[in-house]
Amino acid sequence: MADVIEAGAARADAPPPAGRTRRRRGPTERGHRATPYLFLAPYLVLFLVFGLAPILFGVWISLHQWDLQLPNRPFVGLGNYGDLFSSDSAIYADWWSSVRATAIFTVLSVPLLVVVPLGLALLLNRAFPGRTFFRAAFFAPYVLGVAVIGLLWRFLLDANLGLVNRLLGMVGLPSDTPWVTDVPWVWVSLVGVTVWWTCGFNAVIYLAGLQDIPAELYEAARVDGANGWDRFRHVTLPGLRPVLLFVLTTTILASANVFGQSFLITQGAPGEQTRTVVWRIVDEGLRDYDAGRAAAMSVLFALMLAVVSIVNFRLFRYRED
Amino acid sequence: MTSVRRVARYAVLILITAVFVTPLVWMLLTSLKTYDDAQQDPPSWLPNPFSAYGYDQIVNNTANPVLRWFVNSMLAASLHTLLVLATASMAAYALARLRFRGRKLSFALIVGTLFLPPTSLIIPNFVIAERLNWIDTLTVVIVPGAASAFGVFFLRQFFLSIPRELEEAAVLDGANHWEVFTRVLLPLARPALATLAVLSFLTNWNDFLWPVFVLFSPERLTLPAGLGLLQGAYVTDYPVIMAGAVLASVPVLILFVLAQRHVIQGVSRSGLKG
Repeated sequence: MADVIEAGAARADAPPPAGRTRRRRGPTERGHRATPYLFLAPYLVLFLVFGLAPILFGVWISLHQWDLQLPNRPFVGLGNYGDLFSSDSAIYADWWSSVRATAIFTVLSVPLLVVVPLGLALLLNRAFPGRTFFRAAFFAPYVLGVAVIGLLWRFLLDANLGLVNRLLGMVGLPSDTPWVTDVPWVWVSLVGVTVWWTCGFNAVIYLAGLQDIPAELYEAARVDGANGWDRFRHVTLPGLRPVLLFVLTTTILASANVFGQSFLITQGAPGEQTRTVVWRIVDEGLRDYDAGRAAAMSVLFALMLAVVSIVNFRLFRYRED
Repeated sequence: MTSVRRVARYAVLILITAVFVTPLVWMLLTSLKTYDDAQQDPPSWLPNPFSAYGYDQIVNNTANPVLRWFVNSMLAASLHTLLVLATASMAAYALARLRFRGRKLSFALIVGTLFLPPTSLIIPNFVIAERLNWIDTLTVVIVPGAASAFGVFFLRQFFLSIPRELEEAAVLDGANHWEVFTRVLLPLARPALATLAVLSFLTNWNDFLWPVFVLFSPERLTLPAGLGLLQGAYVTDYPVIMAGAVLASVPVLILFVLAQRHVIQGVSRSGLKG
């Protein structure tokens, strides 16, 4: 960046370059040939080192027996992948248990995270006094990090001291539910907290989408005698289709990458049943130092998500035809 | 709308607001309780007495230097935000306004990584950071995250929406690219830059997974990474743990209240462009 600033400063002091390059190459084409690359360079360095290289490097690591603490990293081909698929390897059960946990969480949370925020957005989708306040209140949990909401809900859901069980007890319901230590309650907790935490985010995206639907369409439907439900089905939903696809895709990805909630709230319990894929990957790679196997898990996981995303796009495109 | 329906609407909205806000209020109230007060059954809503016990534990704690974590987080999030703004705006200018060989390819590559879950790069990025000797330094939570494609993509779209006439006037006055960029485009892009700044700060301040695994020394942790230690050290001493959580929440909640428009706009625009 220093180069560019210097070049800029030098040129600012110098007399204008007499318009000679300008005349030849047009007003947006002036300047040195290297200029675009100088503008791009600082970001490009970051992108190449921490965005693009890791993709290839990750595949490379996954083909080696790569212990972070040992100097020798012998090439093992697809051996690390084979371990993930062969039931007599030490990692097999742990790996597929984490896939199962992630799948359960994703399947339970995504429908709620697609539908509940849509309801909130519809509630807020007209001007009334206090609208901005309510929108901010619904969104507020999302600006907090997973560390904060994780500690907070670990406390609220504590079986003995937690507010949730105490409130339930006060209204005569069972007050000893093991929210963070036993199935199926752990799933209710993880999904519930995630909905509470992130649904404001999706609601804001829906709101923007709703505001892009022309008011005339609603007017026309009303003139045709359509009731509220008809208008929702025939005007709102079709108008939201691209936004729905976006919300669905990003929500699936976000849910599949769940880590902090189970790390902090259920801490994997019961047993290791709520240990997710991302947790398993970092544990294997950065706690047990087996980067090769962890990289193989990452690649396999990325491929799984790619397949889900493609299926998702296909389904929606199909329905559009 | 009839008045009955209006009342019903507000009742529903207030009920939902309570669901979203009560846990946050409970966090604040608990942080102001004494240890015994927080153990009461049934719970007292208001602290009795109001106590600085939790905050006192946090401030005078040598094993868990929470204030140091706070300063680390503030430094990391601020420097990360500056880095993102500087690099992403320059790259976005090149991609939106300049013609050069490789422009389409670089844009395609950058946008392509938008669809990649960042968690899948954690292992290789750890190995790269280790080779750079960045592990357990603040650099490792400032720099790698700035490779995210979002900022470049977001600003490029904004630059493309600015009419070129304004720049052409500056060019006729003899301005070069750097001057056009800094004196014309950046001032016009101020709202987009503010949005990106707020989102970058929030993301970095809240980041948990990466700092937990790349920072080890107690004095080098960021606040979210440190909060996990606090939970381990205080277990059910909830006033202390909640005081830590409040400390981690206050800056982002203030930022959200002050820059609500930017946060909401940034989020909704990211949705529409996808």
